[in-house]
Amino acid sequence: MVSKDFKVIGKPFRKVDARAKCVGQTKFADDIVLPRMLFCKILRSHLPHALIKRIDVSKALALPGVFAVITGKDLPIPYGILPVSQDEHALCVDKVRFIGDPVAAVAALDEDVAFDAMNLIEVEYEPLNTISTIEEAVLIDEPRIHEYGDSGNVHKKVSLEFGNVEDGFAMADLVREDTFFYEGNTHLPMEQHAAVAHFDSDGKITLWSSTQTPHYVHRALAKVLELPASHIRVIATPNGGGFGGKSDPFNHEVAVCKLSMITGRPVKVTLTREEVFYCHRGRHPVLMKVKTGVKNDGAITAMHFESYLDGGAYGSYGVASTFYTGALQTVTYEVPRYKFQGLRAFTNKPPCGPKRGHGTPQPRYALEVQIDKIAEQLRLDPAEMRRKHLAPANTVTANYLRIGSMGLGECIDRVVEGSDWKNRFRKLPYGKGVGIACSSYICGAGLPIYWNNMPQSGVQLRLDRQGGVCVMCGSTDIGQGSDSILAYIVAEVLGIDPFDIRVVTADTDLTPVDLGSYSSRVTLMTGNAAIQAAERARELLVIAVAEKLGVPIENLSLAERRVFDVENPDVGVSFAEAVVLAESKFGTIGTVGSYTPPRSPGKFKGSGVGPSPAYSYSAAVAEVDVNPDTGIVVVERVWIAHDIGRSINPMLVLGQVEGSVYMGLGEILMEEMTYRTNRNVVHKFPSMLEYKSPTTMEMCDVVTYLIEDPDPNGPYGAKEVGQGPLLPIPPAVANAVYDAVGVRIDEVPITPEKVMRALRDKGRGRDPRYGPDSVPPVAWPDPLRVLTPAEGGDGTEMPHVAVHS
Amino acid sequence: MSLLSKKQIGFTLNGEHVEVAFAPHKTLLEVLREDLNLTGTKHGCELGECGTCAVLVDGRSILSCLMLGLDAEDREVKTIEGMAQGAELHPLQQTFADLGAAQCGYCTPGFLLVAEELLKKSPNPSRAEIQEALSGNLCRCTGYLKIYEAVELAAQQIRGE
Repeated sequence: MVSKDFKVIGKPFRKVDARAKCVGQTKFADDIVLPRMLFCKILRSHLPHALIKRIDVSKALALPGVFAVITGKDLPIPYGILPVSQDEHALCVDKVRFIGDPVAAVAALDEDVAFDAMNLIEVEYEPLNTISTIEEAVLIDEPRIHEYGDSGNVHKKVSLEFGNVEDGFAMADLVREDTFFYEGNTHLPMEQHAAVAHFDSDGKITLWSSTQTPHYVHRALAKVLELPASHIRVIATPNGGGFGGKSDPFNHEVAVCKLSMITGRPVKVTLTREEVFYCHRGRHPVLMKVKTGVKNDGAITAMHFESYLDGGAYGSYGVASTFYTGALQTVTYEVPRYKFQGLRAFTNKPPCGPKRGHGTPQPRYALEVQIDKIAEQLRLDPAEMRRKHLAPANTVTANYLRIGSMGLGECIDRVVEGSDWKNRFRKLPYGKGVGIACSSYICGAGLPIYWNNMPQSGVQLRLDRQGGVCVMCGSTDIGQGSDSILAYIVAEVLGIDPFDIRVVTADTDLTPVDLGSYSSRVTLMTGNAAIQAAERARELLVIAVAEKLGVPIENLSLAERRVFDVENPDVGVSFAEAVVLAESKFGTIGTVGSYTPPRSPGKFKGSGVGPSPAYSYSAAVAEVDVNPDTGIVVVERVWIAHDIGRSINPMLVLGQVEGSVYMGLGEILMEEMTYRTNRNVVHKFPSMLEYKSPTTMEMCDVVTYLIEDPDPNGPYGAKEVGQGPLLPIPPAVANAVYDAVGVRIDEVPITPEKVMRALRDKGRGRDPRYGPDSVPPVAWPDPLRVLTPAEGGDGTEMPHVAVHS
Repeated sequence: MSLLSKKQIGFTLNGEHVEVAFAPHKTLLEVLREDLNLTGTKHGCELGECGTCAVLVDGRSILSCLMLGLDAEDREVKTIEGMAQGAELHPLQQTFADLGAAQCGYCTPGFLLVAEELLKKSPNPSRAEIQEALSGNLCRCTGYLKIYEAVELAAQQIRGE
């Protein structure tokens, strides 16, 4: 029985590791120092696309203080995060694909020697023509960046149709087509990636690394190093920020393991900030075309969404990213017929991957700006129009996503009221504006990255006869507070203080598997696993205590470090005594819990991306000041409401909302990973000074409302908050800019130059808009057709019929 | 090779006199982390761009990645490890922990020391003053808002309110 009167859940406890972080005690990967440790430096390609003709490491090896130099031939087995994209080598074997691609690695006595040795490595390249844009990748087949993929330099093409969109467009009163571009940007975690490997004399290797996914690193190392997985231990150190940027197995992690195996000494690598830019795996640049049909009241009749992703030089999570650009359009507003076509291109740039919101901020931007345009054309209030056509709770969407709880309506109401929307929208003086946007995000992916039937998250509890409780879980704290969530939940169930609990996480030797800190899965999945483990422990305690006290089991309650009779609270034992009783009766007390998401109703090919146990919802109103003389946009305030289901800890939830708003502001106003437009594909500014991100001077006020509508699939009803609240920020700002000065900036980021160009066009009577006008010509395959649930579909694809259109 | 040519200096570190020998090109950041094993001081760029490695030298915040270790000779250096009084946390450390101002915690030592410098100079800072003082420190997690709240609450506690 779960009591409504929580002792821990919903309370703003500090994080269990907060003080260590404030006194400098937290050991990040680069803080680890082992005796006889060597230092690694990685030589990276200075060419964007070239064959490696010859590598000579002899001068580097001859330098005093150098212990080993390795190249691609030492690590010939490829790897990659997705089973379908095993396209990376720790060190390039025969070809480099972007500036920054790793070519050789040195282990030396100190970093200076390693650096000098790196510069003594001779590499002879044969340059190849480069592919630098989506358009080039679509139009130019040779040279191919990779020998796999759907064709030429197209990595992946996806074409899905749910219901018949042409029928839907025929029913519409208005059909709009718009094109948008969302520039790529990067995570920029404050901590540069670092790793330490130690191969010991028993032939076992330990890797400490700033990774969000120790389990996937473990799997990749077993494959590439050709060691039994049981001889490999991966420990994820606390991440100094991740945001998705530490979710792939990385070349530097493999390289230090190999160097440690060769030298028999611990080896450390710490990337420079410039190298972190080359690791990337950040937001894909995405070009989008959206065709939406609506009735006069704003009800959507059909949507056709096309996305073109610039993937960079490797697969990374890109196939999943591609599907994500087309998955979640249907879970906010009702979309009865939906078609998605997505294409991911290989280009000679650092690889893109998952960044906070993984593949969904780009389409959300397009969708929410287009809805703003539609509302204006239909003379509807954009907030009311959205509110009126929400996707209903407890339904299955046209593309087979099962929506559970759905608090978006209340989110809209709160920000509309809080921002005094009705008195301000289209009513503020020139230069001032407000804009609204909504969004949704998954609470964990329904399916694991590699196919298996095992749980996605496991928790193990050990109760000590002195009353100590240790919770062990493979999850990785990247600052979001996942260690604390485990402690809060176990403390709630067992009636003890969260600070009584020892949390051991992210160690593949000690902790049961959790798939990692990505896709906003951790609170929901580890939380459910922790509840199960703790309830099993609680069961053992109450059986033993009931027997001792002669009280019925159902009368016993656990609170304030006691197990007692609720009818007669003086009758009871301390928590520690309860463990002694249980251990005397049952033996050593250890329990486990695990979590596997429910099966998705979608069964068609491609239905693996998008399903989630629950969806979080957000709505935001942004208020901006646009200077028409300079084009500078200042975001003054954001009102944001987030449907969290239930806050396990409201203070941490608010922190995630504010951090998401901040990161969304960075994306819409300034952050961009851009490259020189010549054929050299050089990153314009791989440094923190020139890659602009918001400082205290750019951050706006944030008014946050938390909507608590518990979801049956969440632990205590909790849904995600780490990623979703970023999503409405870019379109809300864009819509506010239009409200302020009447120009549409259909391209992210909204820089002063773009605003000025659109204002100039407006002054000359042209279309007051800045953004792309077309998408590349692509020969799409016939879409895979699926009947929607409303049409009586069962989630499977229809038999293929050749149709000429 | 850096191992061959160490120079020795003495300075006051967190209230204690230390003598340390290191290669003369090393930055104060490297000397603190590598030669004195005080890894509480972090680095985010080693180019003076992010504020992560801030420490106090003679009471003023400086970026330890831009200062040569040799220049610390005979000066007073304070790092995050020296902020607490014995087992008693500095009010800023307490409020940062309690109010969620440290998420990943990587930028936190730099923020704390710069905030300490601010509160010494200005015991009752306005929000704008706090923003200005912390504008050289980047944080990617918090959006800064919880940091402002923590600085304001610590200021209040230090003033005895």
